[in-house]
Amino acid sequence: MNVRLYVWQRATAALMVPFVLVHIAVIFYATRQQMTAADILSRTHGSAAWAAFYTVFVAAVSIHAAIGVRNILSEWSPLGHRAAGWCAVSLGIVLAMLGFHAVIALVLT
Amino acid sequence: MSTPAQLSVSLWRGGNDGRYESYSVPRRESQTVLDVVTYVQRHIDQTLSYRFACRVGMCGSCAMTVNGRPRWTCRTHVAKVAASGSLTIGPLENLPLIKDLATDMAPFFEKWQQAKGVFAPSQTRAEPMARIRPDSAPRVAANAAIECINCGVCYAACDTVRWNSGYLGPAALNRAWTLVNDERDAGNPSRLAAIAASGGCHSCHSHQSCQEHCPLALNPTASIAGLKRRTAVAYLKGEIKA
Repeated sequence: MNVRLYVWQRATAALMVPFVLVHIAVIFYATRQQMTAADILSRTHGSAAWAAFYTVFVAAVSIHAAIGVRNILSEWSPLGHRAAGWCAVSLGIVLAMLGFHAVIALVLT
Repeated sequence: MSTPAQLSVSLWRGGNDGRYESYSVPRRESQTVLDVVTYVQRHIDQTLSYRFACRVGMCGSCAMTVNGRPRWTCRTHVAKVAASGSLTIGPLENLPLIKDLATDMAPFFEKWQQAKGVFAPSQTRAEPMARIRPDSAPRVAANAAIECINCGVCYAACDTVRWNSGYLGPAALNRAWTLVNDERDAGNPSRLAAIAASGGCHSCHSHQSCQEHCPLALNPTASIAGLKRRTAVAYLKGEIKA
């Protein structure tokens, strides 16, 4: 890992701390209120705030996880740094696509 | 528990395809692990290869793996590590094996060079001697890391070195940290760039094996943490590129 990846990983980790706490609080709230999927979607549909919240969250997760997986692959697998880098970029893209798809489903549909 | 009259000693013999061979060595008072190895070489098998020089914990050349842990053998008493009367002694890990207990230290010192561990003077000898306050923060930080004897124990104990052969390792980075804090040194731009690159200080996982095993109780993990902070700030200021 070089300093550029280090800064990105630490910065996204710091960014995710409040996001994770809010995300978990929302999960607890939704389950304790016994909300159905329809109840949740009725509240998130058209919400710019939830769209912004989860868009930033997904971006941070995709970057953070990809850098971490790159490190694991380059140290613990036979892949070289370059191959590990491409695998990590692919994972980041997949995570981002899945995440943004979920955000769209949550807010626009 | 009474002290056994004989020690049961297993020493690594040969190269990478070698094996442990057993020897019986007389137990002596205040006996060090290096004494045991030396006894085998002088009285049992003169072809045994190992490395030592000062015998008093200054030169850093006698480190070996003793009962599974890297240690400086000249200052490791048998009573401390072999209460049961048996010793297994092998070469340092993470370094190429030459023969028996002798490893090739070249990669270890090449990484010192890669980490720019050489003092880069900012003045000539014709100029007055630099005045450095002993209680200044940079000098205190440098002093905390300066006593490294390059025994290679931290390098052999480091998980990250084992997993990533390109990692500079705790000793080279600890050395770089002393120079980063040396107010007389002018080599920091290239030094910070070297240790911020792939395989540099950011590869450290802070497992702290280096601190745990350092025979001089230094804390290379803390030095590396300092380097992480210093290089991150330099990167954010645009002083170094990645």
